[in-house]
Amino acid sequence: MKIEHLTKSFEDNVVLDDVSFTVHKGEVIVVVGPSGCGKSTMLRCINALEPIQGGKITIDGDEILYGSKNLSSLRQKIGMVFQSYDLFPHLSVLDNILLAPLKVQKRKKDEVIKEATELLERVGLGDKAKSYPRQLSGGQKQRVAIVRALCMHPEMMLFDEVTAALDPEMVREVLDVILGLAKGGMTMIIVTHEMQFARAVADRVLFLENGNIIEDADPDTFFENPKTERAKQFLNIFNFERSKEK
Amino acid sequence: MPDLGLDVLFKGKNMLRLLGGLWVAVKISLISVAISIPLGILLGIIMTSKNPIIKAVTRVYLEFIRIMPQLVLLFIVFFGSTSALGINISGELASVIVFTVWGTAEMGDLVRGALISIPKHQYESSAALALTPAKTYIYVIIPQTVRRLIPLSINLITRMIKTTSLILMIGVVEVLKVAQQIIEANRMSSPNAAFGVYLTVLLLYFIICWPISMLAKRLEKKWG
Repeated sequence: MKIEHLTKSFEDNVVLDDVSFTVHKGEVIVVVGPSGCGKSTMLRCINALEPIQGGKITIDGDEILYGSKNLSSLRQKIGMVFQSYDLFPHLSVLDNILLAPLKVQKRKKDEVIKEATELLERVGLGDKAKSYPRQLSGGQKQRVAIVRALCMHPEMMLFDEVTAALDPEMVREVLDVILGLAKGGMTMIIVTHEMQFARAVADRVLFLENGNIIEDADPDTFFENPKTERAKQFLNIFNFERSKEK
Repeated sequence: MPDLGLDVLFKGKNMLRLLGGLWVAVKISLISVAISIPLGILLGIIMTSKNPIIKAVTRVYLEFIRIMPQLVLLFIVFFGSTSALGINISGELASVIVFTVWGTAEMGDLVRGALISIPKHQYESSAALALTPAKTYIYVIIPQTVRRLIPLSINLITRMIKTTSLILMIGVVEVLKVAQQIIEANRMSSPNAAFGVYLTVLLLYFIICWPISMLAKRLEKKWG
């Protein structure tokens, strides 16, 4: 996937200013940065949930264009999980997962059920297939949302602050699932505020501020020797928070 | 115990006539609701449009229907159609027309409310799952909207049944009109019948509306 000169603004407010980077197959990119720097907006633009004002986003050479006709087929290559665990409340866990594979990809029902059950098993929710979203905890919902996206066989996954709305004790169970995916070679772009997790999972860290990528480095370099003063300050906030907790 | 004149109900076919009148009221409500629901869904979807002209037109329609007393609407359609258009429609047809126009407006507003109450991320997560807008509506948005809507539209049915008590003014012989006729006919033999007969009418409305209203409450709880 290639992102070239992506520019996005809400009216006069420029949120993303000429952002370019390439995602290679199997690469895990973690995007960090202060609130309001455009991280989430960037993910939303990549999946064409927002119109963009300039630039080009391509996956396997096909352009992802807001409102275009082949968007549905391109989006099947991209799984996305949001901050506000967004399951469909009127459908059971299993039906949530089955909806898109059956109705969009027109796959065979028994085959998808088998796969969904296996995936649920793998994230520790094998017994929840018949439950409804309202009966699940936040962490469980988020794991179902991940399974729902995986069941479409995406080539890459986008995670938009998936643990930000969770209670602290549920963060781990969700992050473990994502770590497992990384080990399995899934291509991912992850927006997160969990710095330790970022370091553990990332092949590459992008530091975003005011709509610009100001650092693009491997995690060890980024967390130990950030090049810019801004990144240092940003990481210091987290160090301070951690020392305060002790 | 004062004489309520309830005995007049057992004279001849009086009770049967009263029930027949009730059926007329219920029938008109049901037909109107059956037409109002699909039209209202359509109107509700149109009302969520971003186009300011469409928004304004539907808003005016809704407010106009709400502000106008139903009785005036009934008179306009029933008497107006004869004098202005020269056609003669029955009281029942006029009632169905007015109730449908009213029901569509109310239903449209309910549908609009239910649609905008569906959070934005339901649309977005559907899009992220590669559902097209049409499939998003069919599988995600409409099922959730219907759940929110059914209890509210059931309440609309009870409101309609109650409002049918106005249609005797345009000559439809519904339950209240039958009651009047029975009281009139027995004015000499049972001068006190008015209280008892109207009380019976009240009871009949209650027997019809109460279960409907309970059903709405149960569904609301189940899906809320």
